[in-house]
Amino acid sequence: MNLTLKIWRQASAKASGKFETYKITDISTESSFLEMLDVLNDKLIKENVDPVAYDHDCREGICGMCSLYINGRPHGPDEDITTCQLHMRKFKDGDTITIEPWRAGPFPVIKDLAVDRNAFDKILQEGGFISVNTGSAPDANAILIPTQKAELSMDAAACIGCGACVAACKNSSAMLFVSAKVANLGLLPQGRAEAATRVKAMIAKMDELGFGSCTNTGACEAECPKNISISNIAFMNREFLCANIKE
Amino acid sequence: MSGFVSSSIGKKVIMSVTGLFLIIFLCLHLFINLLALVDADGSIFNTVAHFMGTNIIMFVMQWVLAAGFIFHILYSLILTLKNQAARPVKYEVNTRSDITWSSQNMFILGLGILAFLVLHIINYFYKLKFTDLIESGQMSEYELVTSIFTAQYWYYPVIYVIAFILLGLHLNHSFQSSFQTLGLNNSNWLPRLKFIGTLYAIVIAVGFSIIPIYFLMKALL
Repeated sequence: MNLTLKIWRQASAKASGKFETYKITDISTESSFLEMLDVLNDKLIKENVDPVAYDHDCREGICGMCSLYINGRPHGPDEDITTCQLHMRKFKDGDTITIEPWRAGPFPVIKDLAVDRNAFDKILQEGGFISVNTGSAPDANAILIPTQKAELSMDAAACIGCGACVAACKNSSAMLFVSAKVANLGLLPQGRAEAATRVKAMIAKMDELGFGSCTNTGACEAECPKNISISNIAFMNREFLCANIKE
Repeated sequence: MSGFVSSSIGKKVIMSVTGLFLIIFLCLHLFINLLALVDADGSIFNTVAHFMGTNIIMFVMQWVLAAGFIFHILYSLILTLKNQAARPVKYEVNTRSDITWSSQNMFILGLGILAFLVLHIINYFYKLKFTDLIESGQMSEYELVTSIFTAQYWYYPVIYVIAFILLGLHLNHSFQSSFQTLGLNNSNWLPRLKFIGTLYAIVIAVGFSIIPIYFLMKALL
């Protein structure tokens, strides 16, 4: 298939960017979106043009490294997948595809389509962990966990931190990401000891970094490649309210 | 608690609590207004309106209500400005997923409702509280209500009905959103709250719209 690509080019974080248009031919419908971009970059290198920078790593949909706002949607037009799992058969021959980086103040562009998502790591450093002494593995049944709680916690743990929630939200809110981490740990007995300090510290960091606030549109949930539910946000709001009331 | 109010969630909780208070107020307001349709001369409505305007609880509550409106509007402004600042560079192409239009445009809808609120205060609240129209016996509360829904002022019923549609759209999102912000939600309750919210929004929008339409029709026919 032959395509026209409209790609955001920006030389560095400080440089101003603009869209460049590239024509690309003979793309297999079986190739992935990132493979299509690899083909484009091979062509650009041969033409002595700076290749397009974009994030990618495992290419198996589990690492959370790939991003891209494709034709107005994070991770492109397919449902519940990351960009690396998007295939060119989802497009039509002759299509024009607009590719933009995640747009959010706390996710500054590093180059072209690659954005700095360290803001997520900074939030995690504030409380996205449980404090335990290292040593031999504890007995598996020493702490009993109801199945339903374990399932909800594991559902929240599916978050890969790709940032599609922030990209999709009209307010660039990180509430879905932060709530997934808060629920993942806060639903389990091992995470309860630090539950109040965790939720307060992570939200304070989230606000400090300049993410917007949640207006409950549900855009994050609709675009999340891992189907993280907004009920995690309700859980986090509850935790935050209780933590402040008990103070 | 100072950290709570300055946090994004704290501000949202203020939005949500004041919003729920206004949601309850609208129920009471609608109930009293509909009394104007019960009898032909509006004596029931006049009695209730007089009671509402003269007892001490309602006198206190009108200031609580004013505070509710002011905080709701003020914090919506603070949050919206912060949210706008969180995305300095906008997207070139944006194809929204299947999320409701009203949830994306709450601030715009709110501005429309605020403009209506100003008009509504000039039309009624100001005349009731700061003029002696009622005390001097020039007109009853019922006559004041019906005075702007006539053929001569045909545009008032039109403006009022448009405002109630905006209000309905605003409420359609706000009801479930309030509960979500207060953490009173989960995957089982979300569809239920959405259903109740939509039902509530329809009752309020249709219920309030009936009144100007009814009086305009009565004046025309």
